[in-house]
Amino acid sequence: MIVYLVRRVGQSLLAVMAMAVLVFIGVFFIGNPVDVLVSPEASQAQIAATVERLGLDRPLYEQFGIFVWNALQGDLGTSFVYGRPALEIILDRLPATMELALVALALSVGIGIPLGVWAGLRPDSIAGRTIMGGSILGFSLPNFWQGMLLILVFAVLLGWLPAGGRGETTEFLGMQVSFLTWDGLSHLILPAINLALFKMSLIIRLARANTREVCMQDYVKFARAKGLSPRRVVLVHVLKNIMIPVVTIIGLELGSMVAFAIVTETVFAWPGMGKLLIDSINLLDRPVIVAYLMLTVLIIVGINLLVDVIYSLLDPRIRLSEMKG
Amino acid sequence: MPLIAGVMAAGLAPASAQNLSIGLKSEATSMDPQFHQLSTNIQVSKNIFEALTTQDALQMVTPGLAESWEAVDDTTWRFKLRQGVKFHDGSDFTARDVIYSFCRVPLVENSPSAYTIFTGGIADMAAEDDHTLTITTTATNPLLPVDLWSLAILSANALGADDQVTYGPDGTCEGMGDVPQAPAFNDPAVAVGTGPYILDRYNRGSEVVVTRFDGYWGGTPQWEQVTMRPITSDGPRVAALLAGDVDMIESPPIQDIPRIEQDGFTIVDALSNRVIYLHMLQQEDAPGIGGTDGENPLMDARVRQAISMSINREAITERIMGGYAQAAGELLPPPMFGTSERPVEAYDPERARELLAEAGYPDGFSITLGTPNDRYINDEQVAQAVAQMLAQIGISVSVDASTASQFFSRRNALEFPVYLAGWGASSGDMSSPLKSLVATYDETLGMGPTNAGRYSNPEMDELLMTAMATIDDEARDQMLQDAQTMVLDDYGIIPLHYEQTVWAMKPDLTYEPRVDQYTLAAEVKSAAE
Repeated sequence: MIVYLVRRVGQSLLAVMAMAVLVFIGVFFIGNPVDVLVSPEASQAQIAATVERLGLDRPLYEQFGIFVWNALQGDLGTSFVYGRPALEIILDRLPATMELALVALALSVGIGIPLGVWAGLRPDSIAGRTIMGGSILGFSLPNFWQGMLLILVFAVLLGWLPAGGRGETTEFLGMQVSFLTWDGLSHLILPAINLALFKMSLIIRLARANTREVCMQDYVKFARAKGLSPRRVVLVHVLKNIMIPVVTIIGLELGSMVAFAIVTETVFAWPGMGKLLIDSINLLDRPVIVAYLMLTVLIIVGINLLVDVIYSLLDPRIRLSEMKG
Repeated sequence: MPLIAGVMAAGLAPASAQNLSIGLKSEATSMDPQFHQLSTNIQVSKNIFEALTTQDALQMVTPGLAESWEAVDDTTWRFKLRQGVKFHDGSDFTARDVIYSFCRVPLVENSPSAYTIFTGGIADMAAEDDHTLTITTTATNPLLPVDLWSLAILSANALGADDQVTYGPDGTCEGMGDVPQAPAFNDPAVAVGTGPYILDRYNRGSEVVVTRFDGYWGGTPQWEQVTMRPITSDGPRVAALLAGDVDMIESPPIQDIPRIEQDGFTIVDALSNRVIYLHMLQQEDAPGIGGTDGENPLMDARVRQAISMSINREAITERIMGGYAQAAGELLPPPMFGTSERPVEAYDPERARELLAEAGYPDGFSITLGTPNDRYINDEQVAQAVAQMLAQIGISVSVDASTASQFFSRRNALEFPVYLAGWGASSGDMSSPLKSLVATYDETLGMGPTNAGRYSNPEMDELLMTAMATIDDEARDQMLQDAQTMVLDDYGIIPLHYEQTVWAMKPDLTYEPRVDQYTLAAEVKSAAE
């Protein structure tokens, strides 16, 4: 297990480094931040002074070298726009995104697995067909469109829930969270549903397919023949065996939800990291863009590592040391 | 005012009598009013901080913290400061606060766009007494009272200045103490101004909340509490208004305006100081031009005139801008300072074709038109319409649209032979567009920084320089008019239209629309009064 972990961490570092090069070069080519940042009334001399202060007059390799050197010391640069460390700005926004992603994940798992198993056990029933039909909608409708529709129905027409923003927050374990007050919760519901819909559909389809497969297996037939209650067959024998692919997907999707809740955050004006990324791209705030993407890589790599560990707990046959990363 | 009918018909809950909530289209990057010279920051900070002068909705300079002022000679100004003004922490406003505030500008670190463009020309400041101040400039600057509007007055006490603050240019002041930097202003104990509202909290990405300052010298402010929320996407911003989350939004998309009005909301709009223009690269070597044997047809004033005449400006403002724009004949809408009521260029494709033939291009040529696609209202659609109109006179145009950040970088690298862009004159004065857009590009003089058409007319340059050093308003006005006329007669730049700024709000609110496009919460009033 230790050997495996060391190997995985090594691979992760390689991925992070490759990402750093790609991101830095990519960001370098999307435009000159000074043209966006500096007041249009500024004179050429003032523009030149800003270019020099931000270090943009240096060649690409030199800028990259400085970036890597500082990054190794834990400094991902200072935001051009906010004048504060990029990492600090991103971490400020992290709790909002984490909260949204975790609630969305809970929704998609809590609703997706039961529905999927139900549809898998009774694939030809009306309920089963309806669930599958619904999941196709969840899949195929664009995320921003779903979001706008949710706002239109629940905020504009019915007026039950607010159209956006984060609402009231309270301190919980040292972080600002919104699910503890009604005002905060009411702001959380729509974006969480919006973020959860796609994942929920994914989990429904996965759970259904696996349930159908597992039901054909000898051990399920045997359990039934043995006279176990259907309830026990489903909860113990079926559910446990469909969880391995489901956990993989949940892991991957949690990573992508945290890193790329961009559309939902933009539609609902949710003050998370995704909205920060969009704003930073518009303002060409290079240090924030780079730091954000680096952090994203770390999060996804970390979650994947965690998923591998959870595998071994779910299925004793899997030994981490034998797995090829 | 369709007030009662609106409320009844739409069944809207009236805005809470005490609180106001506004959906802004972009977010302030800091609460430090001297950190980033950006309209988004300025419009928020104007609620908390004031300056020596103010500008009314038409950008006319009016007294602010200075009651009156006079130009003693070409480079010396005397300001009488208002008496009895209190800061939010209860301390008195005096000349020391002004000197401290101007002194701090060059000391602000990491500023993305510094306010030193306003303080750079101030050679000395001296307080004759607590409420009399003289300012000496390095060169004649008739726009000093205008510039002063941009310089927020901070509390020297709250920021830890010594009892005696002495001015020195470019950050050489004495008695400044330990100068707090921008992040410190998130703390309401540091962000102390004299404005009508007190900073309550600034949650980045989420909201800025300010509360009423009861000791405000200008009378009791209207709202108990004002919340300003950045909602950057157009659709969600409109939804927030329709859903009642916010009482007012800025810049609803033009295509949504009928829907918003139909729901009983009030729409106010006004001509802005922003002109949308075409600029043409006027130097021998120009990229993106075909069918001319390597020559640049834009060097010929007749070709530029033909381009101008081929554009049907009324059609653009009516069909593409939905009526929320006005065809432009100048670089700033009249009656602003330095305008001459010049008529809009008449649409005459016949004459345009003749001019092209006279210039030696009877079969036209092909050219690239650069435009941003997310910076100005319907910018790309306008560019496409211009392309079609130019096709009518034989000029084949390919539109090259890109996102603003890309566009500005490419434009400044002179990649476009023709480009569409906009200019908002923050000073509300003709010298602003002339100096930036059409004065000869000169790095040492700081002239023509945005002249990516490289238009050059030495005679105009000279007149403009003289105007910019003339204190007498009447003489300066005439000189600016003449300078602009030279450029436009020469077709050095082609004005298309003035943008209109739109606000949508609940029917029980009113807002006097501003030409500078600012949304100033303190100026939003209840319609009942």
